[in-house]
Amino acid sequence: MAAALFFLIEHLTDMEKLIEEFSFGLFIWQTLIFLGLLLMLAKYAWKPILSAVEERENTIKDSLEAADKAKADMEAIQADNKRILKEARAERDALLAEAKKASTQMINDAKDAAKTEADKVAAAAQEAILQEKNAAINDIKNQVASLSIDIAQKVVQGELADQKKQEQLVEKLVKAIEIN
Amino acid sequence: MLALLCSSFALAETKDGAKDGDLKTEIKEYIAHHLQDSYDFSLFSYTNDQGEHVYIGLPLPVILWDNGLKLFSSSKFHHGETVANVDGNYYALYHNKIYKTDAAGTINYDEDHHATNSKPLDLSMTKSVVSMLLVFAIMFFLFKNLAESYAKNGGIASGVGRFFEPIVLYVRDDIARPNIGEKKYKKYMSYLLTIFFFIWFLNILGLTPLGVNVTGNIAVTFGLALLTFLITNLTGTKDYWLHIFDPLGSTMAWYAKVPLYIILIPIEVLGIFVKPFSLLIRLYANMQAGHIVLMSLIGLMFIFKSWLGSPLSFGLAFAISLIEILVALLQAYIFTMLSALYFGFAAEEHEHH
Repeated sequence: MAAALFFLIEHLTDMEKLIEEFSFGLFIWQTLIFLGLLLMLAKYAWKPILSAVEERENTIKDSLEAADKAKADMEAIQADNKRILKEARAERDALLAEAKKASTQMINDAKDAAKTEADKVAAAAQEAILQEKNAAINDIKNQVASLSIDIAQKVVQGELADQKKQEQLVEKLVKAIEIN
Repeated sequence: MLALLCSSFALAETKDGAKDGDLKTEIKEYIAHHLQDSYDFSLFSYTNDQGEHVYIGLPLPVILWDNGLKLFSSSKFHHGETVANVDGNYYALYHNKIYKTDAAGTINYDEDHHATNSKPLDLSMTKSVVSMLLVFAIMFFLFKNLAESYAKNGGIASGVGRFFEPIVLYVRDDIARPNIGEKKYKKYMSYLLTIFFFIWFLNILGLTPLGVNVTGNIAVTFGLALLTFLITNLTGTKDYWLHIFDPLGSTMAWYAKVPLYIILIPIEVLGIFVKPFSLLIRLYANMQAGHIVLMSLIGLMFIFKSWLGSPLSFGLAFAISLIEILVALLQAYIFTMLSALYFGFAAEEHEHH
């Protein structure tokens, strides 16, 4: 920079030399070349480059916004899913409880019914047994009676021959009847 | 650098037996010659065993308007050593300018030792013009490719464009937007981008062994600054002109403003011209000075010719080259930045006043 300044001062004091150095032809060429380059590049390079870059920047911006939106949507969906899952769980639990209750009820009902039936059967059996027993007892009684009568007949036939014995027998019989 | 070294080396060798004073003069002349534009694209020159100057490079077309178009190759001048005869007219090179002369190439001088021969209108394709055309081609190819790569690559730059795209964005986001404003920056973008890369590439080209010095040429920087000047003032809003011709606005009664404005308005009007003038001088002086320092340091190597001095000046020249690469970018940035700033003044619109 110092050298530049020194050079500048040296040259400014010598403006004539600077003007002498000025080449009009070069100035014309430079202006033409530069303007040509400016127009060509503006059309074929700068405009497409800047619009492509801008387009890309907009795309990036839009994509970021879309990503944020998608994230928010995703979160909403997840929250929704959670809620639905929770609801489903609750419903399932309720259903299960109800089913359990129903099955318990059913089992109890069945048990009760079975018990009633069993009791009924048992009662009927007991009654039948009792009847059979009574019948058997009656039967035995009848047989015993007829046997007794047979025996008594034979005994009486033997005993009745003697008065004393008759009396004894009657007494005995009466006693026996009293016992019964 | 290499060609410069080669040429300087050749230069030093031929003058081996001569006095140091002669060598210094020759280096000085060599630098002065390099700083100027040239009618042929010479890469390097040397003096052969017969004592003749041999130039390696391309002759370029010379275009003159002297009662009709005169078009001929610069090889006719033989690097200023002969007079060019074109359709019976004679032209000679004197101090890197073309003068109309007689067959012997006589240059007449006035009392201040200025040539009085007539100068035809010179529109030659000089070394600087060719360099600018080269930069034109490079830039057009490079940025057209970048523009096309977006469509091919799904909106993402490919290849070398990946390097240049952030710079384009930097010019947009850090130069144009903050200085001009969100509303109006777009219409200045093409100019800012073109001028930034044009200056940068030309500066860099000046550091290559091609040895061109385009941005260190006053005509080129004048042309660039003139465009900034024209764009600034042609796009100036009402507020911009109001700021120049009525800077105090309604803050003061008109009779109070009159004596102030006798001083203020000329200063403001001068400011319109000083701003672009500072642009042209800054770029010119920086690039010119960079080339002078760099070539002087290279020249020093052949003056010292010692085991200590020459490596030292080589090291210095190398360090300065690195700085010059930075300066090349910096000057392009400053020119673009200040242009944007001036456009910002021109585009401003405000409520008050």
